[in-house]
Parts: sequence; structure tokens; C-alpha cells
Amino acid sequence: MSFPIRVLVAKPGLDGHDRGARIIARALRDAGMEVIYTGLRQTPEMIVNAALQEDVQVIGLSILSGAHNAIVPRVLELLREKEMAGVKVIVGGIIPDEDARDLERQGVAAVFQPGASLETIVSAVRQAAEHSTQPAVK
Amino acid sequence: MTLPEPGQFPYTRGIHQNMYRSRLWTMRQFSGFSTPEETNRRYRYLLEQGQTGLSVAFDLPTLMGYDADHGLAHGEVGKCGAPVSSLEDMEMLFDGIPLDKVSVSMTINSPAAVIWAMYLAVAQQQGASFAQVSGTLQNDILKEYIAQKEYIFPPRASMRLVTDTIEFATKQTPRFNPISISGYHIREAGSTALQELAFTLRDGLEYVDWALERGLAIDDFAPRLSFFFNAHNDFCEEIAKYRAARKLWALLMRDRYGARDERSWRLRFHAQTAGCSLTWQQPYNNVVRTSLQAMAAVLGGAQSLHTNSLDEAWALPSEYAATLALRTQQVIAFESGVTAVPDPFGGSDYLERLTLDLESGARDYIRRIDDMGGMIAAIERGFPQAEIARASYEYQRKVEQGEAVIVGVNRYRAGKEESIETLRIDQSAQDRQTEKLRQLRKRRNNGEVERTLNVLRREAAVNGRESDHNLMPPLLDAVRAYATLGEICGALREVFGTYEERPNI
Repeated sequence: MSFPIRVLVAKPGLDGHDRGARIIARALRDAGMEVIYTGLRQTPEMIVNAALQEDVQVIGLSILSGAHNAIVPRVLELLREKEMAGVKVIVGGIIPDEDARDLERQGVAAVFQPGASLETIVSAVRQAAEHSTQPAVK
Repeated sequence: MTLPEPGQFPYTRGIHQNMYRSRLWTMRQFSGFSTPEETNRRYRYLLEQGQTGLSVAFDLPTLMGYDADHGLAHGEVGKCGAPVSSLEDMEMLFDGIPLDKVSVSMTINSPAAVIWAMYLAVAQQQGASFAQVSGTLQNDILKEYIAQKEYIFPPRASMRLVTDTIEFATKQTPRFNPISISGYHIREAGSTALQELAFTLRDGLEYVDWALERGLAIDDFAPRLSFFFNAHNDFCEEIAKYRAARKLWALLMRDRYGARDERSWRLRFHAQTAGCSLTWQQPYNNVVRTSLQAMAAVLGGAQSLHTNSLDEAWALPSEYAATLALRTQQVIAFESGVTAVPDPFGGSDYLERLTLDLESGARDYIRRIDDMGGMIAAIERGFPQAEIARASYEYQRKVEQGEAVIVGVNRYRAGKEESIETLRIDQSAQDRQTEKLRQLRKRRNNGEVERTLNVLRREAAVNGRESDHNLMPPLLDAVRAYATLGEICGALREVFGTYEERPNI
């Protein structure tokens, strides 16, 4: 039998607007995944540590504050440092087009902007988990 | 049942007999970005364009009580509003803007008392007296725990700070609203109109209870409580929501608290069009949405109004978009003719039915929260948070299934999206603010900073229910010594501790 996909939904930075993060977390859970929601104001270090401890294949970051260019590269860097580059990172939020392309070039698996449907997001997480080289269970 | 006239208790149809025939609403566009200097330039521009009041947006580090040079501020300085780390920044923000004449609203919550102390200190420097300054502090911490989640301290310590500001305003600044009890953010977090109405009014009752317990008389402070509601898409429901809010508040003030002054009964509110209704796709559609929402707020009798800009699903507004948003209000005010009579749709079967339904639904919610032991107890058990999360998820499912239509997003999509010019805030704002702080810390009298912070720590540690330990005087001393926001909030964190929400889905 196959193990369920494990995904960490995280809200980095100082922003507290968690409507999107919570909706996504619920939708992924309804789609049969095991979802760990970090809660608010997580630093990149806290997020990567949680990902390690929870043994996830995918990290979803929700960022609405415009701080994505400071936060996301740091998360990617920490994943590489901890030899967890197999964990796929997906970003959702208010991310301008050029920043989105830039983040994808840096290694983000997908970027979702406002108005993206839950269906596309769920299937992107599924696809990212398939490509993740992080084992579902140790 | 006959409907009372506008200006008559319980003010369902409006708090004034003549409403906009006597005085238009205040056109108050929320703005702030990059640096205090940049924001000051935008304020002067908006005042030149006919805006009649200012409304300050602070950036996230400021909202969370961190200075611009704090590690957690990295990447966030000036992004969502203006950074204010010290009195020096506040001086820049209002340079050349006479605070004895212009009324200023400030969207700040956890560190509201500190920011207000800075504001009052700058007004005094300009020569204005406390009696002359007018404006509004948002200062509504309960909706932070419920919806927007920008909290620092635990609920009871936060409520003590709020009560300190209400008491100080009651005694010293008769023209300043120390709080704007806000449904706006509750709605943005995904609540229904009914939940917005009910939770906001119940929050209001909680502030009243705390002020009474402090020893203030209801009619001394209730007239200065103000409200802030969302103006969302459902046109008639929104108008009914404002009507039901006025009616319920008047009855609650009179019957639950025995308020005798008519001004205590009158619910005054600011409205802002719904940010969460703006779409990234086909951004010009947002102008139409905002116009309709603003019209509902005006027909609902708002005292002041902010209209969102078409580009705000993308970024903070460009100057062009901000001007168009202000023009939207001016067209409603001066061309549409709806200002001729108060509550023009009052008496319509549908509107009256909606008003009564919202009123009775809100009464049910208020009773349930009373039974839990009040709003703080309800927040601690996660009740309003869970109600909102459920409503927000249900709405999203409806969007997903096409039951709820968003033009340009899940219906009538364009083949190719048009792109618009948006405002970008670069990293230089953070560098400039950090350098200013470095120089300030070198220049100021650091012994005096330490002394005032120690007084603040000592006073904060005393049981806050006694009014001779109101924290506003020590806060004023600390900000005048140029203690920074981060230093002051740091001192209060040491005494009060911090709050974290249990994460749940």
C-alpha cells in the first residue's frame, strides 16, 4: 500500500493573514494528505526544522506581505545545507510574475498567485510529492 | 411597526436627521509605504487632491512592535505600510501637516498605545494641545486574536493597554477616538456579514465592560467609541448590516449599560471596501466592485470611507490608482445624488427583512458568547476563529464549484490578462531606516532612555486595574526620550509575556 503524502503548510514572516494558508491546509487534508500546519510567524530555520522532524515531501509557503524575495531563497538554502533538497517547495501568495519566474529558477516547484483554484494547487502538491526524493516514511 | 425617522433612537436609519445634506462623510484613504518621508509626500498629495482626513498604514515590523533594524524585520520594512521605529519617524511622517486641523486615523493595534504616545508628542511639538487633536486609533486587539492575528501580548495584558488608552482619551483628548472596533478584518478573514456584525458588537461590549471596571462612567467614554465595518459585495445585505449595527448598539448601550447620553447610543462607523473581493485577474473590474461597495456604505450611513484601488490585489496602490479610488468617492458624493436623503431605501420590505434577520442572528451570537463568559473566554476556546474558518472554507468551496461567481476568475475569464503598472518597494527603504536608527541610538541621551524604560517596566508590572498606574504617561516620557518602538515593546514583552495561537486547521 502507498503512504499518504506528507506536506508542511507554513506561514513565514510577520504577517498574520492566515485565511489562505488555512484553506489550503484544509483542502490538502480533504484530498487525503497528511498536513502539518506550522502556525504563524515562522522563520526559515523553524520551517526547515519542522520539515525535517515531520519528514514531509512538500513544503507549502503562504506569503502575502511582499517579503518573499527575502524568505524563500533562505528556505531553499537551508534545505540544501541540511541535505534535504529532495523536499519540494511550493509558494502561494501575492507574488509578482517576474518574482515568480525568478523563484522557480531558484528551485521552487510551483508558484500560485491569487485566484488559483484549489484543484490545481492540490494536484501540484501531488505532483511535487511524486518528484520528491524524500522518502515518505523513514 | 413604524420606522423611526433618521436621527431618532435607535438610529436604524442613520445617526443624524439630515445626514449628508449637513455634512458629507470624511474621505479617508488609508496609505503608507517605503519610508516616513515617502509617505509624507503621498499624504500631502492626497490632501491637495481633496481628501479630507489622513489614515496611516504602518508596515509589519511596526505593527508587531519591532524596529526596522530587527532581524525579524528583514524583507518587511516599508512593504505593507510606513515604518515608524521612533519619535523621529513620526516627526517626519507629519512634517508640514498641522495636527491641530487634520484628523488622523492610525491602523495600529498591539503597540497602539506606544504609537499614540508618539503621535501626541509630535502634535505637542507642533504646538497643538491634547484638547485639539482629533482622529482615531484602531487599537482593537480582540479582532487581532479573532481574525488578523497581529498580536504581541496575551489578551488580558492587551486589554489593560486598550483600557489605559480609553481612560487617557476620556480625560485628556476629548476629540480623539481611542478605539475603532473593527469588523473589517473579521470579514476579510472570511466571515459572513452576520458574523462580522455579531463579533464586532460583542467585542465592543467587552471594551465597555473593561472601561466600566476601571471606574469610568458609561456616558463619559461611550460617545468616543467608534466602529469600522467592511463594505462587501452583497449590496442590500451590506446596507442592512450597517442599519442593524446602529439599532443593536443603541439598544445595548441604553438597556444593558443604562447609558443616558444620546451620543453614547449613536454608533459611528468608518467603512472600507472589501480588499478580499479584489481580483488579480482583469484588475479594472475592481473599479466597478469598489464603486458598488462604496455606494452600499454611503447608503448605509457611513461617517467616513476608504475606497480600495484597482491594483491592490497586486501591491500597494500606485499614485494613479489611489487617485482613481478617491475620485470614485467624489463621484458618489457630488454626482450620484444619493446624498440628498438619509437611508433612501428604508421601508423597502426586503431591506427591512434583512435588517431584522441580521439583528436577531447577531443577538443569538452575542448570547452564546455571553454564556461562554465573554469574548476573551470565547477567543481562548477558539470559538469565533472556528466559526470564521468554517465560513471561509465553505465560501471557497462554492467558488471552486462555480456556485459563487467571481467575474474574470471562475467565469468570463479573459484569454490574455492585461498587465498593469504597480508600485514596487525596494530594499533601500530598510537600509535607510536602519541607518537612521543607528544614528539616533548614538545621538540620544541613552541614560534617559534607560530611566524611562525602567519606569515603564515598573508601572506595567503593577496591577493595571488601578487608574493611577495608567501606562500613557510613562509611554509619553519614553517616546520623548526617543526610546524606540522595539525597545518599548521589548520592555513590555518582558513584563507581560507574549501570546501564541495553537495552530489548528
